Amino acid sequence: MSRKVLLIEDEPNITEAIRFLLTREGWQVETHADGADAVQVIVAAQPDLVILDVMLPGKSGMDILRDLRELKSMQALPILMLTARGQSRDREMAENAGVSRFMTKPFSNTEVLTAVRDLHAQATRL
Amino acid sequence: MATLNVLILVCLGYVVLLFGVAFAADRLAAAGRGRWLRSPLIYTLSLSIYCTAWTFYGAVGNAARSGLEFVTIYLGPTLVMVGWWWGLRKLVRVGRSQRVTSIADLISSRYGKSNTLAICVTILAVVGGTPYIALQLQSITLSFSIFAEADPTGLYREGSSVFWVATGLALFAILFGTRNLDANERHHGVVTAIALEAVVKLVALLAVGIFVVWTIAGGIEQMMDRIDSSPIGQWNIDASRWTTFTFLSAAAFICLPRMFQVMVVENDDESHLRTAAWAFPLYLLLMSLFVVPIAVVGLDLMPAGANPDLFVLTVPLSQGNDWLAMLSFIGGFSSATSMVIVTAMALSTMVSNHVVMPIWLSAQEGSASVSGDVRTIVLMARRVSIAAIMALGYFYYRMSGGGAALASIGLVAFAGISQILPALVGGLFWRGATRTGALVGLSIGFGLWIYTLLLPGMGGGLIPVSVIENGPFGWGFLRPQALFGIEGIDPMVHSVMWSLSLNTIGFCVASLLSFPSPLERLQGAQFVNVFDHSVAPQGWTGSVAQSEDLMIMTQRILGTVPAQEFFQAEAERQNGRPGRLPEPTPGFLQRLERELSGSVGAATAHAMIGQIVGGSSVSVEDLLAVADESAQLLEYSSQLEEKSAELTRTARKLREANTKLTQVSAQKDDFLSQVSHELRTPMTSIRAFSEIMRDADDLSADDQIRYAAIIHDEALRLTRVLDDLLDLSVLESGQVSLNVGDGSLKSVLDRAVSSALAGGDGSLIVRRVRPSERIQLHTDLDRLGQVFINLISNAQKYCDALEPVLTISTHDVGGQVVIDFVDNGSGIPPEAQSMVFEKFARVGSDKAGGAGLGLAICREIMQRLGGDITYLPGQGGAGFRLSLPLAYRQAAQ
Repeated sequence: MSRKVLLIEDEPNITEAIRFLLTREGWQVETHADGADAVQVIVAAQPDLVILDVMLPGKSGMDILRDLRELKSMQALPILMLTARGQSRDREMAENAGVSRFMTKPFSNTEVLTAVRDLHAQATRL
Repeated sequence: MATLNVLILVCLGYVVLLFGVAFAADRLAAAGRGRWLRSPLIYTLSLSIYCTAWTFYGAVGNAARSGLEFVTIYLGPTLVMVGWWWGLRKLVRVGRSQRVTSIADLISSRYGKSNTLAICVTILAVVGGTPYIALQLQSITLSFSIFAEADPTGLYREGSSVFWVATGLALFAILFGTRNLDANERHHGVVTAIALEAVVKLVALLAVGIFVVWTIAGGIEQMMDRIDSSPIGQWNIDASRWTTFTFLSAAAFICLPRMFQVMVVENDDESHLRTAAWAFPLYLLLMSLFVVPIAVVGLDLMPAGANPDLFVLTVPLSQGNDWLAMLSFIGGFSSATSMVIVTAMALSTMVSNHVVMPIWLSAQEGSASVSGDVRTIVLMARRVSIAAIMALGYFYYRMSGGGAALASIGLVAFAGISQILPALVGGLFWRGATRTGALVGLSIGFGLWIYTLLLPGMGGGLIPVSVIENGPFGWGFLRPQALFGIEGIDPMVHSVMWSLSLNTIGFCVASLLSFPSPLERLQGAQFVNVFDHSVAPQGWTGSVAQSEDLMIMTQRILGTVPAQEFFQAEAERQNGRPGRLPEPTPGFLQRLERELSGSVGAATAHAMIGQIVGGSSVSVEDLLAVADESAQLLEYSSQLEEKSAELTRTARKLREANTKLTQVSAQKDDFLSQVSHELRTPMTSIRAFSEIMRDADDLSADDQIRYAAIIHDEALRLTRVLDDLLDLSVLESGQVSLNVGDGSLKSVLDRAVSSALAGGDGSLIVRRVRPSERIQLHTDLDRLGQVFINLISNAQKYCDALEPVLTISTHDVGGQVVIDFVDNGSGIPPEAQSMVFEKFARVGSDKAGGAGLGLAICREIMQRLGGDITYLPGQGGAGFRLSLPLAYRQAAQ
C-alpha cells in the first residue's frame, strides 16, 4: 500500500526539496501551493500525512489547521507544520490548534524524515 | 367722596388678589413652572419692601418738615447697591452656601454657631422691629381715618380696624410664609405678591405725583416756581444729619431682617444682584421723584396743622379726586402690608430657630435621639411666632397711641438694627473677628441705642425726666442725650455716633483680645474666603454616631421623603450604590448639618447633631492644625488641586505613550517575524539542497547542476533581502548620505530602463515620451535611478497583461517634475492600494521572490530627495506617480 503525503507549500524550491526527500522514502508526494482552497484539497486527497506551511497566500496555515481539526474525519490526520517565522507564540498557537509536530525552517533533512516516519508510525499503530 | 364701604371693599378685593397671586405663584413654583417667578425683575421688585409705609407717606411728611433730608433714606441703599454690590454678592454667596435662614442665623453661624449671639440678634431685631410694625399698622389706621372722617355712617372704629388688619396680615404670613420648612426652598408666593405690591405702590405714588404737578400746579415750570417760593426751597443741609442718615439707611438696608430675607434667603440666583444693582436704585429714584412736589403743594393747599405724613392721601381728596386717593391708599396699604408680612416671616424664623428650638432641644437632652416630630414643632413655633410678633406690634401701637411722627420711629429702628453691622461686615471680611468680639460689640451698641435713643424717644414713664436732664444718679457725663459731655448735636446723630463707634471699637478690641474656638476659626475661614473655598473643611471627627438615629432625626425635620432622598444620595456617594444607610463620616455629617440648617438654623442643627454624635463635634487638635493656618491651608489646597490636575494630565499622557509603545512594539514584533520569514525561506532551500547533494550519492549530473543552481539563486535572493533591509534601515534612520549631482532626467531613465530590462524575460515594452524628459535635475541621480529600476522591475514581475506595456510620462508642474509609471495590467486592488508602500506588503501570491521591501525603499528614497511617490488609481493598470523638486535642496530633508 502506498503512503501518500500532501505538501502545502508556496515556495517552489522548498517543495522540490521535500518532494525529492520523501519520494526516495517511498512516499507518493502531492503538492499544493495555495492556502485558500487547501482544506478542500486535503479532504479530497485523503493523504496519510500533511506537511503544512504557515505563511501561505490566501489563507494561513494556522487557519487551515483549525478548520481541518473541526472536521471529524480529519481529527486523527498527522499534520507536520513548518514555519519560517521564528516566534514561540506560533508554536503555542499551533499546539493549541491540534498540530501533530511543529518545525522551524530551516530544517535538516534528517529531522524532516524522522518526523515523517514517527508520525506515520504513530498513526498506523493506532 | 368715596364712602368707607367702597374703600373697605376695594381693600378686601386687593387682599384677595394678593392671596390669589401668592397662591398661584406657589402652585406654579411647586409644579416647576413659571421661570419668570425667579427672574431678576421679581427679585429687584421684592427688594422694594425697603420702601415701607414710612417711605410712602413719611417721605412727603419728612420733606414738608425738613426739606430734602428725606433723600438720605433713598441715598443709603443706592450707594450700597451701586458701590458695594460685591459685598452683597459675598453676603448672598455665604448665605446660600451655609444655608442661612436669617440674619441672626448668619451671625451665629459665622461665630462658631453660637446660639447666644443668635438670641442677641433676635432680641435686637424684635425690639427694633416691633415699633416698626406698629408704625405700619399706624399708617394703615391713619389712612383709614382720613376716609372715615368724611364718612357719614360713623361705623368706623379705629381700634377694631387695626386689629383686623393685624390679624389678616398674620394670617397671610402664616399661610404663605410657613408652608415649607426649609427656608432655602424660598417662598415664591410671598415674593411674587410683594413684587406686585411694589408695582402698585410705585404706580400709586407716580399717579399722585403726576396729578399734583400737571393738574394742580399746571406744569413743570409752575411747579418749579412753587418749589422755589416754598419754605422747603430754602433748606440748609445739616452735614452731620445727612451723613448719619445716609449711613443709617445704608446699614439698615443690609441689616434689616426683612431685607436680609428677600435679598439673601429668597435669592434664587446670585446674578440677579447684577440687575438689582441698577434697577433698584432706579426704582428708588422713581419713588422719590414726586416727593418734593407733593410736599410743596400739600403745604400750600392743606390747612395749617394738617398731618404732612398724609399729604399723599389728603391732597387728591381735597381736590375731589376720590379714585386717585383710593389708589394712593392702596399704594400705602401695599407698602405697609408687604413690610409687615416679610418682617413677620423673618422674625418668626429667628424666634423659632434661635429661641424656641434651643429650649425645646434642651428639654430633650439626655435622650439618645431626638424624639417627637420636629417638623411640626418647628412649623408650629414659626406660626406662633408670627402671631406673637404681630400681637406685639399691635399692642405697641395701642400703647404708644400712635402720635409720634412716622419718620422718627423708622429712623430709631434703623439705628437699632444697624448695631449688627460691625459684626456682620467684620465677619465677612475679617478672619480675626471672634464670637466674644461680636457679643461685646452687639451688647454695647444695643445698650447704648436703648439708653440714648429708644428710652428718651419714648418720652416719660420708662425713664425719668431727671435722668435725661441730669444723668443717672446726677452724673452729668452719663446724660443719655449728651454722653461724656458732648452736647448740642442732634439726638439721633449723637446716639448713632456713640453706639456704633463704641460697638465697633468693642467688637475689634474684644476680637483681638479673645481666642476663637476651632469651630469659629473654621466658619470664619469659610465666610471670609467664600469665593475661593468650594470644599468645606470637615467639622465632625471621630464620630460614634448611629446612622439610624441620624436618619430618624432627619426624617423628623425634613420630612420622610426628602430625608430618605438625602440619605440615599449620600449612601450612593459613599458606596457607589444606594440601599444601605451611609456611614457617619465627617463629610456626611457636615452635609447633613448644612441640610438641617436650612430648616432650623445653624446653631440648632449643630446642637442636634452634637446630641446624637455625642458632643465629639470637633477634635480641637485636628482643627487647630487645620484652621489655625487656614490661609496657608487654602493655598496648600489650591496647590494640591493643581498638583492633582497635573497628575491627571501626566497619567493621561503616560497612558497615551503606553498605547503608542504597545503599538510600536506590536509593529516591531511583526517586522521581526517578517524579516525572519524572508531570511529563513531561502536558507531552507539552500540547506535542504546542500544536504541532498552531500548525502545522496546517486544524483544524476543534471539534477546536481539544477540543485546547485537553486542554491545559487536562493543565496542571491538572501543577499538581496539583506541588501534591501540594510538599505531601508539606513534610509529610515536618516543616516544616508546623498550623492547629489547634475544630470538630465532622460539619461537617468535610459540607464534605469536598460538595467531593469536586462534582468527580465524581455516581454515588457517600455513607452516613453522622450522630448519632455529633457529636464536637468540636481539630485541624487543613483538613488532616483534605483527607484526607476524598482518600478520597472515591478511592472516586469507583476504586470499580467498578455503583451505587457509600461508607459512612462513626464510633466513639469510648477517647479516639480512629475513622472508617471503606468502599466496595462489588472493593477492593484483598491483595498491593497494604501498598503503597497508598507514594508513586506505584497499583493496576492508572490512568486517573484521579492521581499516586499521595494516600494517601501522607493518611498523612503523619494522622501529623502524632497519628493514623494503615490499610487495612481484609475489608470487601468498599476500606476505610480513620482514627484520631485527640480533641484534637491538641503532644507527639504
